[in-house]
Amino acid sequence: MQGSSGGAVSAEPRRRRPGRIRRIGLPYLLLLPALLLELLVHLVPMVIGIVMSFKELTQFYIRDWGTAPWTGLGNYKVSVDFDAPVGEALLHSFFVTVAFTLLSVGLCWLIGTAAAVYMQDTFTGRGLLRALFLVPYALPVYAAVITWVFMFQHDNGLVNHVLHDQLHLTDKPSFWLIGDNSFYALLTVSVWKGWPFAFLIVMAGLQNIPRELYEAAALDGAGMWQQLRRITLPSLRPVNQVLILVLFLWTFNDFNTPYVLFGKAAPEAADLISVHIYQASFVTWNFGTGSAMSVLLLLFLLLVTGGYLALTSRGRRTADV
Amino acid sequence: MRSIRAAAVGAVTMSLALAATACGGGSSTGGGSDDSPKTLTYWASNQGASIAVDKKVLQPELDKFEKQTGIKVKLEVVPWSDLLNRILTATTSGQGPDVLNIGNTWSASLQATGALLPWDAKNLAKIGGKDRFVDSALGSTGAEGKDPAAIPLYSMAYALYYNKQIFADAGISKPPATWDELIADGKKITAKGKSPLGAEGSNLAENIHHVFVFAKQHGADFFTADGKPDFTNDGVVTAVKQYVDLMAKDKVIPTGDAEYAQNQSVSDFAKGKQAMLLWQSAAANLKSQGMSESSYGIAPVPVQSGTPGTGAQVNSMVAGINLAVFKNSHNLDGATKFVKFMTGDAEQKILNTAYSSIPPVKAAQSDAAFNTPSNAVLKSTLATSAAALPQVADESQFETAVGTAVKDLFADVAAGRAITTDSVKAKLDKAQQQMPAK
Amino acid sequence: MSESRMAKSPMAPPSSFLWSRRIFLTLLTGFVLVPVYVMVSSSLKPLADVTGQFRWLPSGLTVRPYIDIWSTVPLARYFVNSLIVAGSATVCSVVIAVFAAYAVSRYSFRGKRVFTVTVLSTQMFPGILFLLPLFLIYVNIGNATGIALFGSRGGLILTYLTFSLPFSIWMLIGYFDSVPRDLDEAALVDGCGPLGALFRVVVPAAIPGIVAVAVYAFMTAWGEVLFASVMTNDTTRTLAVGLQGYSTLNDVYWNQIMAASLVVSVPVVAGFLLLQRYLVAGLTAGAVK
Repeated sequence: MQGSSGGAVSAEPRRRRPGRIRRIGLPYLLLLPALLLELLVHLVPMVIGIVMSFKELTQFYIRDWGTAPWTGLGNYKVSVDFDAPVGEALLHSFFVTVAFTLLSVGLCWLIGTAAAVYMQDTFTGRGLLRALFLVPYALPVYAAVITWVFMFQHDNGLVNHVLHDQLHLTDKPSFWLIGDNSFYALLTVSVWKGWPFAFLIVMAGLQNIPRELYEAAALDGAGMWQQLRRITLPSLRPVNQVLILVLFLWTFNDFNTPYVLFGKAAPEAADLISVHIYQASFVTWNFGTGSAMSVLLLLFLLLVTGGYLALTSRGRRTADV
Repeated sequence: MRSIRAAAVGAVTMSLALAATACGGGSSTGGGSDDSPKTLTYWASNQGASIAVDKKVLQPELDKFEKQTGIKVKLEVVPWSDLLNRILTATTSGQGPDVLNIGNTWSASLQATGALLPWDAKNLAKIGGKDRFVDSALGSTGAEGKDPAAIPLYSMAYALYYNKQIFADAGISKPPATWDELIADGKKITAKGKSPLGAEGSNLAENIHHVFVFAKQHGADFFTADGKPDFTNDGVVTAVKQYVDLMAKDKVIPTGDAEYAQNQSVSDFAKGKQAMLLWQSAAANLKSQGMSESSYGIAPVPVQSGTPGTGAQVNSMVAGINLAVFKNSHNLDGATKFVKFMTGDAEQKILNTAYSSIPPVKAAQSDAAFNTPSNAVLKSTLATSAAALPQVADESQFETAVGTAVKDLFADVAAGRAITTDSVKAKLDKAQQQMPAK
Repeated sequence: MSESRMAKSPMAPPSSFLWSRRIFLTLLTGFVLVPVYVMVSSSLKPLADVTGQFRWLPSGLTVRPYIDIWSTVPLARYFVNSLIVAGSATVCSVVIAVFAAYAVSRYSFRGKRVFTVTVLSTQMFPGILFLLPLFLIYVNIGNATGIALFGSRGGLILTYLTFSLPFSIWMLIGYFDSVPRDLDEAALVDGCGPLGALFRVVVPAAIPGIVAVAVYAFMTAWGEVLFASVMTNDTTRTLAVGLQGYSTLNDVYWNQIMAASLVVSVPVVAGFLLLQRYLVAGLTAGAVK
């Protein structure tokens, strides 16, 4: 993903000897299936989605959406008019999603890294624990989230049973699936499901750190904590760069978790943008506005990803030198 | 190098071609035909205790139809959570069933898509004419002044179900006829340690059905006469507040019900935890949960004062399921025959008995099977004091927007926030702004 | 291996480290286990137990939910559908990703960077943006060619395999890069074609990476809800959507939901845990390089 490599790559074929020219077709042939599928399932639909975002695609036109009138930027204007309820709700949902994503990714990374570091050395039961920790990640989304719904119920749920009935931490049972607490409920489920992935990746990353580094540090008299700070964390930098980006994108676009947790109308406090857009398009049958919102979301993600990669890669390159 | 460019050009061309075909939308499959006269696909909504139960009820009837006409009907029971989405995607793509069930409140919305076969006089004649059906049911089949988009199949009405034992224990001799009485009875029931009334606070459709009736009782409507949303008029605000206040101020609905969305309140009632339930045609449902028919009574839904009737005395929506035919059907003739079969007197009796609903067909409704005391309440409600939800194209958006507003209000109550006229109005205003601009 | 390091290490881990490890791992185990325990125990409870006040220990054990789940919804059919869909999507995804990753890893060609960036960037597309368009494309392909993609398992397989493709390709590129080029160049000298080198040398050396990718692809397909809910019908419905059938019109059969969830999870979790060794190894050499 280095920005400067483009020129080198395109220059290379020219250096090839003429006898190998037939070979040049091969990489394209190998890429063809992947390319065709990506075109079919992702890129062309995205283009259509962008086209849709300029149309007034309501229930009157969905039957034959070629005939839907063009609205120019109308759908976008509605989406970003933050003084009107539609735009305001979108903005609110955006902020909720950003806060949720930052917290969730942060916690996932923190827990995952801590667990991986703590389990770097062998101890009795380590293999068992590792297997156990991967279970939330391996569970199908629906099965995992519906279990949490069961636990978060107001009247009969485990969470209130423990917090209220057994520990007496609250005056009265709290609501977790509606109202303001729903944000924390969503966060809990997301972290529960997401941290093992961070754990897995960091664990793999730790295995790539040469042992000699630790041995040398130990000889220098560095303690466990110092080794962690001086060797482990810096060595994990490249791993973290990718891990955090992937976690960010997955969490930001996550639809399954909030959808199973709250159903079609999420509480305001946990109104994640993917469900919000789903509601804007499917439940209110306005696919034009829904598409416009998705396009805005895509632009935002492109911007963030691009900025993130530029920023972290630059830092990484200087660090490498 | 040339081959690379060619490949790139090819890929772009192909993607454009794909885009172009997709842009064609459903146009290539625009009209209906009689191309495949021997088969039909039927999407049934989930009416019974489970999808398996529905199949058990419907399959023998479909076999009967096949015997009579030689047309094989492929049945799919679609869960409610998927039904509207499936219909939407079918509409968009032109690939759908031949005949389908729709919630009758969606009639006008789906009519506006133009995907459903209009039942003009000619088509209606094929199934025995409009006069075979009860008026109230016909009132929920599409926008006024247009040919119906669907034919009534099952009719339902709201009623007040009450637990006889709990009422006796609390010293209540007869079911409440007005909301004030219900609230007074609620206090006695609470004193006995039971919860008075159930609600599905997070179920958007349930919320709509109730606030619609309350609005009627305050002489208000959610839409102006020319079909514009009008959610913030005083009558509507008072109505919504009154419904939410049943939980907030009057404490007859437990706050826990604010998160109910999957008919937990029915279970609470069936288990004897809760004294009253406002529900549509709940008999089969309660029976499947093990509540015997003798242990509960059934009465009309309360009104503000007086007795149920028209106008401000309305005490139920016209609930029910309609049968619609997809315009794109490849067996229009067979589809019409199937509608005729399903709405025939004999089938109406069988199906509505199985689902404890009321036949919208006059001849079937007068059958002795529907003269039980519980059905009497439902029948008279439908006949005299039920009103159809607004038959406007934006109905389904209205259900979502206002239903969500009420859900949020219940959530506020659950969180201990005060419900004021202003807070109700603010939520409704927001809902109104989310309606499609006209 | 780590023992040898510990032995060489002049000092044992400080007790602060050991204590904090004990506390942290205990808490974490609780966090992870409680929902799992709830799922297992609730699936063995009678309905009254799961619809009433929560209790840690069941009032009685019953296997009834495990019998009922098969008749409440056609779980067996959904199971088979999910197996076919997820299995096929995995196989196709892995094969296609191996080809693509091999090309990117071993060849220099014009457009390589554009390809990798484009493919990876599809990871950030919100599914909701292309749900409806994709669906229209499938329908139109069906109308034009007679190949039924919409509503069929084929369409779903096609969709899911592209979901896991970007991540798979990217991971395998990393993995293939770590397989020494000398190996496949030796194979080329021995007279194998490029594909021969790929299948005889690179793929065998990259098995852990390929397993990791396969596991990822399978899980992606096994749990997806959004596309499955729109693109399937009664006969092709997958488990993830089919499970919703337990919260039906009447009552929420929590014990059956839990039992069904468990039945649905066991094959994936078991497979995942069996293959976790490969997974870590695959990730070590591939993704995190």
